[in-house]
Amino acid sequence: MPETLTSPMIKSGSAEEMRSLEAGLDSLQSDDTSRKSFDLSRVLLPLAAFIVLLLAWQFYVSLGLRRRDLVPGPLDVLGSLGALWQAGTAQEAVGTSLQRGLIGFVISIVVATPIGLLLSQVRILRRAFGPLISGLQVLPSVAWVPAAIIWFGLTDATVYFVMFMGAIPSIINGLIAGVDQIPPQYRRVGQVLGASRWEMAVHVVLPAALPGYVGGLKQGWAFSWRSLMAAEIIAMGGSLGFGLGSLLEQGRQLADMGIVMSAILIILFVGIAVELIVFAPVEKRLLRGRGLLAGSTR
Amino acid sequence: MTEALAEKVDADRGAASATAVDGEGRAPVVVLENLGKRFGSGPPVLEDVNATVYQGEFVALLGASGCGKSTLLNLISGLDMPTSGAMEVPVGGAAFMFQDSALFPWRTARGNVELALKLRGVGKAERKARATELLDLVHLGHSSDKRPHELSGGMRQRVALARSLAQDRPLLLMDEPFAALDAITRDLLHNELERIWKETGRTIIFVTHNVREAVRLGQRVLLLSSKPGRVVAQWQVSEEHRTNAGAAGELTAEITARLREEIRRHA
Repeated sequence: MPETLTSPMIKSGSAEEMRSLEAGLDSLQSDDTSRKSFDLSRVLLPLAAFIVLLLAWQFYVSLGLRRRDLVPGPLDVLGSLGALWQAGTAQEAVGTSLQRGLIGFVISIVVATPIGLLLSQVRILRRAFGPLISGLQVLPSVAWVPAAIIWFGLTDATVYFVMFMGAIPSIINGLIAGVDQIPPQYRRVGQVLGASRWEMAVHVVLPAALPGYVGGLKQGWAFSWRSLMAAEIIAMGGSLGFGLGSLLEQGRQLADMGIVMSAILIILFVGIAVELIVFAPVEKRLLRGRGLLAGSTR
Repeated sequence: MTEALAEKVDADRGAASATAVDGEGRAPVVVLENLGKRFGSGPPVLEDVNATVYQGEFVALLGASGCGKSTLLNLISGLDMPTSGAMEVPVGGAAFMFQDSALFPWRTARGNVELALKLRGVGKAERKARATELLDLVHLGHSSDKRPHELSGGMRQRVALARSLAQDRPLLLMDEPFAALDAITRDLLHNELERIWKETGRTIIFVTHNVREAVRLGQRVLLLSSKPGRVVAQWQVSEEHRTNAGAAGELTAEITARLREEIRRHA
C-alpha cells in the first residue's frame, strides 16, 4: 500500500454504538430553538426616540425664532388634534382614507398577482411588458391625477385609479423579483418529485417566492397609501368623501398650521400602525420560519 | 414496485436487450449502451458509456471532478436527454438525492417528506403515517417538526434520504450526498445508508469522487474517465473489503492508482 494513502474506511462499531453516536451528534449539532420572551426594548426604544424628537421640536419652538402660528409647538398641535377629534373630523378622515386604502390595496393585489405570475413564467410576455411595468413603477402616480380627473371627474373612481397605477406595478415587480430569486435547485427537486406544472407553481414556486412577494405587497401598500394622499389633496369636492388628504388641504386653505401638522401626524401614524400591526409580524414570521433572521437587527 | 423497463431513447442503434439476467438471477434495472451526451456543439461530456445495473445492486460511480458523473445521473433520472446511444431506465424515473439536501425551507422535516408523498398521489391520512415511518427509519422521529435550518447538515441529509425514499421508486440516484459533511457524520451516514439499503432493497447508484467512500459503500465500483466520460474500469467489492483494513487498503490503493492514471492523461 502506498504510504501517501490515508487509511481506508471500514465498518466499525455495533449498531447500538452507532445509534447512540447519532443521537449525540444530533443533539450537539442541531439548534436549540428556545424562543426569547417579549423584549421590552422593542417598545421602549422607539418611544424614547419619539420623546427625544418631541423635546427637540419643543426646544426649537421655545427659542421663538419663528411666528407661533407658522411653526406651532407640540402642545399646540396636540390641541388642534383634540379639537379635530371632538368635532369628529379626525375619525371621519381616517375612516374614509383607510377604507379607500384597504379596498384599493385589495383590488390591486387581486389584479397584480395573476399578472405577476404570468409575467414571471412566460418569457415572451416578460420581455414585452417587463420594461413597461418597471417604468410605471418609477412614474409618480400623482402624474395620473389630472388625467383621472378629466376621465372620471371628481368621483371615487379618480382616487382608485391613481392608487392602482401606484400599487399594481410595484406588486407585480415584487412578485417577479421573488420568482427570479428562487434557487434553481428547488425547481429541480420539484421535477424529480414528479410535480406537474400546476403543482410546481403551488408547492414550489409560490412558497419559494413568498418573501419577495410580501416585500412587493409592502411596497405596494406604501405606494397606494401615498397615491391616495396625493389624489385626496388634489381632487376635492364633487362626490368625493372627506379623507386625510382632504383634511390636509383644508388646513392649508384655512392657513391653520395646527390642522396641517395634525393631518401629517395622523397620516404618519396610520403608516406606522399598518407596518407594525400587519407587515412586520408577517415578514418576521416568514423569515424566522426559514432561518433567515439570524444575525439581523430586527 | 415496477419491474417494467421503459425504453427512453433508441437513437441510432437497435433496441437494447433488457432480458439479460446476471449471475444471481437479478434483472437489470438500468442499461446504458454507447450512451453519449454533448451540450450544444461543445466536446462530448459523455461518450460510449456502457453499463448495466442490476436489481437491488449498490453501484458506486467514481470519477474525478468534471468527468460527467452528475450529467450521467441527470440522464438516468430523465432530467436531461442523451444525444446518442440507447438506455433503459425504470418507468416513472428515479428518486434523486443531491449534494446539498435541497429541502424546502418553508416546510418542516415532516412536511418535506409529506410533499414527496403528496406529489406521488398518496392520500392524506396515509401520508402522515408513512412520513412518520420514514422519519423513524432515518432515526429522526424526534425532530420531525423542525424546519431545515434548525437541523445539522447530517440531519438534513437524512431528511433528504427519507424524502427520496418517499418517492418509492426502485432506483435511487445519489449525487455526492455526503461530500459536504464532516468525517464523523459521514461515517455515520455510511452506516445508515447501508442499513437502509438492506432494509428497503433499493437499487442505488451512488456518485462520488472519494475512492474510500466508493469502496466503503459500493458492491461494485465503476470508474468513469474524464473528458469524455466513459466507464473505463470496474471492481467488485466484497464484504471483506469493508471489514478487513488490509483488504480495504489494497483495493483502495489499486483504485486510486487507476484514477490518478486517468487524471494524468490530461496533464
